[in-house]
Amino acid sequence: MNIVVTVKQVPDTWAEKKLDAADKTVDRQSVDNVMNEMDEYGVEEALKIKEAHGGEVTVVTMGPAKAVETIRKALSMGADKAVHLSDDALHGSDALATSAALAKVISTLSPDIVITSSEASDARGGVIGALLAERLGLPQLTQARKVTVDPASSTVQIERLADNGYALVEASLPVVVGVVEKINQPRYPSFKGIMAAKKKPLTTLSAADAGLDAAAVGLAGAASTVVTSEPAPPRSSGTIVKDEGDGGTKVAEFLAVQKLI
Amino acid sequence: MAEVLVLVEHADGEPKKVTAELLTLARSFGEPAAVFLGAPGTYAKAKDYLAQFGAAKVYVAESDDIAGYVGAPAAEIVAGLVGTASPAAVLVAATADSREVAARIAAKIDSGLIWDATALTPELVATQGIFGGSTIVTSKVTKGVPVVVVRPNATAPEAAPGTPTEQIVDVVISDAAKGAKIVDRVVEAKSGRPDLTEAQVVVSGGRGLGAAEHFALVEKLADTLGAAVGASRAATDAGWYPHQNQVGQTGKTVSPQLYIAVGISGAIQHRAGMQTSKTIVAVNKDPEAPIFEFADYGLVGDLFNVVPQLTSEIEQRKAG
Ligand SMILES: Cc1cc2nc3c(=O)[nH]c(=O)nc-3n(C[C@H](O)[C@H](O)[C@H](O)COP(=O)(O)OP(=O)(O)OC[C@H]3O[C@@H](n4cnc5c(N)ncnc54)[C@H](O)[C@@H]3O)c2cc1C
Ligand SMILES: Cc1cc2nc3c(=O)[nH]c(=O)nc-3n(C[C@H](O)[C@H](O)[C@H](O)COP(=O)(O)OP(=O)(O)OC[C@H]3O[C@@H](n4cnc5c(N)ncnc54)[C@H](O)[C@@H]3O)c2cc1C
Repeated sequence: MNIVVTVKQVPDTWAEKKLDAADKTVDRQSVDNVMNEMDEYGVEEALKIKEAHGGEVTVVTMGPAKAVETIRKALSMGADKAVHLSDDALHGSDALATSAALAKVISTLSPDIVITSSEASDARGGVIGALLAERLGLPQLTQARKVTVDPASSTVQIERLADNGYALVEASLPVVVGVVEKINQPRYPSFKGIMAAKKKPLTTLSAADAGLDAAAVGLAGAASTVVTSEPAPPRSSGTIVKDEGDGGTKVAEFLAVQKLI
Repeated sequence: MAEVLVLVEHADGEPKKVTAELLTLARSFGEPAAVFLGAPGTYAKAKDYLAQFGAAKVYVAESDDIAGYVGAPAAEIVAGLVGTASPAAVLVAATADSREVAARIAAKIDSGLIWDATALTPELVATQGIFGGSTIVTSKVTKGVPVVVVRPNATAPEAAPGTPTEQIVDVVISDAAKGAKIVDRVVEAKSGRPDLTEAQVVVSGGRGLGAAEHFALVEKLADTLGAAVGASRAATDAGWYPHQNQVGQTGKTVSPQLYIAVGISGAIQHRAGMQTSKTIVAVNKDPEAPIFEFADYGLVGDLFNVVPQLTSEIEQRKAG
């Protein structure tokens, strides 16, 4: 099984996230950056499939030079090799350009299964999995809380999360899978894994190496643009009351005054 | 006036409230043209509702191929309609399924995509609350026909009764779009409560509840308020409540009139999913809990005393 898993480096979820004042893209300089937490579930699922059915796991990321830290993490969890698409020309890419660039790189790897996660925590588009399926012309098995691969019939079945339950969705390989949190319990990199990661193959590609037209990606190629940006008006704290045995009644009074009941 | 395509959000034909919101929004800058995609026989249930909320036209596409495969058929049909109708924009609700369809439409028609808009001007400048609502940006599509994914509760729906013209769409789905086949749909929890993202009132429970069975307290309060039930990640991780009900960064984003947090500390990742709620009420026994930093009304106390009292007080007020 040839498995590709996408990972994105994002500002740490505990950090105060900001946009860069000049070009209104995410400020990735002044904060700690980590692997998008949901992508840990993607990597874990890739490793589990490999462990069950054999094969190889290739990590793909698009991002600035320091996104290599996120690649290292995936490799130390157990992925076999990585491709890092990195070029200043890619800075500011929208979701359409990002998916086109990732699809271009992924298609050269001829995967059986492409694994993404359902959402990156900085931009929260929740669209890259669907876009990769569209661009690669592969079945879209996104929102998966369970993935079952059957190599004998070359099919994959998932439980796709729905509001009141799930849909059972089936497709023939190759496929794009998108995982949600709670699908598994991502492993921690072991010391051995961290040491081994340093020796694993890593290919770094520029936009030109990947065969991308620089005018079609990055801020230059974006099909949408941020016009203005400002901090939301701060939410100040309101009335805080200590329960003296009549707390529930007090809350009800507040709701009544606010005409909420 | 150019058409504005509105993808109808529905469950087996029963329209969701966000559809009325999108039609209302579409009317502010164009001619609302609803696009109904569903299994054969489902449109009948949506027809009156779409007329009531001002659809000038309805494109009706009913086919087992639409309901039977994930995402791709819907995108194929809407992209086809964009080609023939040359609309001013395509509006889609910010639900997990539809945002994926929206993205595929944008890719097919080579246009820009904006997600999670909370407002849209007639000049098609969208407002997005990013980073969990802590930064507000305005943004604009600069290429093609804008595909805008709009948050539920962004617009107040206004009725505008009329008689839409109906155009039956001849549904031909390519084999390529029939890759991900839905073989079964399994209902695990049928609550009868409003959808979490659409609800006007949400009551959420956290680790403070201590056990799955104590969610009954939250459900009872929710039911007296006609509210949806949410949960923190601590509660869903513990298996006390379904993952689908999780509110926060890796759960749902809600923006109701009233959000009541019960036994929830208010971590930044939880806040990311609820801080744009109009009014926030918190019940927590720890006066230092971060949720009190941004709640409109905070009650420091034991939820096991406060919540039942609140529920019966509301019941009494309703009865009286
Ligand atoms: C606050 C904010 C708002 C934005 N709004 C829009 C918008 O409205 N429209 C628009 O077109 N663009 C928008 N962008 C740009 C867009 O976020 C980026 O293009 C991004 O790379 C793709 O979207 P996402 O991160 O939301 O991905 P998601 O769809 O949420 O990510 C899902 C998965 O895709 C994979 N993935 C995503 N990006 C990469 C990557 N660079 N390398 C490897 N794997 C990746 C990861 O596995 C990730 O978990 C926005 C950016 C920000 C910061
Ligand atoms: C990448 C990432 C993504 C995340 N995404 C989400 C998300 O989508 N949603 C989410 O919610 N969290 C998310 N989290 C987790 C988040 O950081 C918190 O851990 C979580 O929100 C805590 O849930 P809680 O408030 O229920 O529990 P706790 O933080 O343990 O708080 C429980 C509260 O209950 C109070 N309490 C206890 N007993 C009582 C009582 N008898 N009466 C009254 N009050 C009582 C306590 O004082 C405490 O404040 C995410 C974390 C990460 C790292």
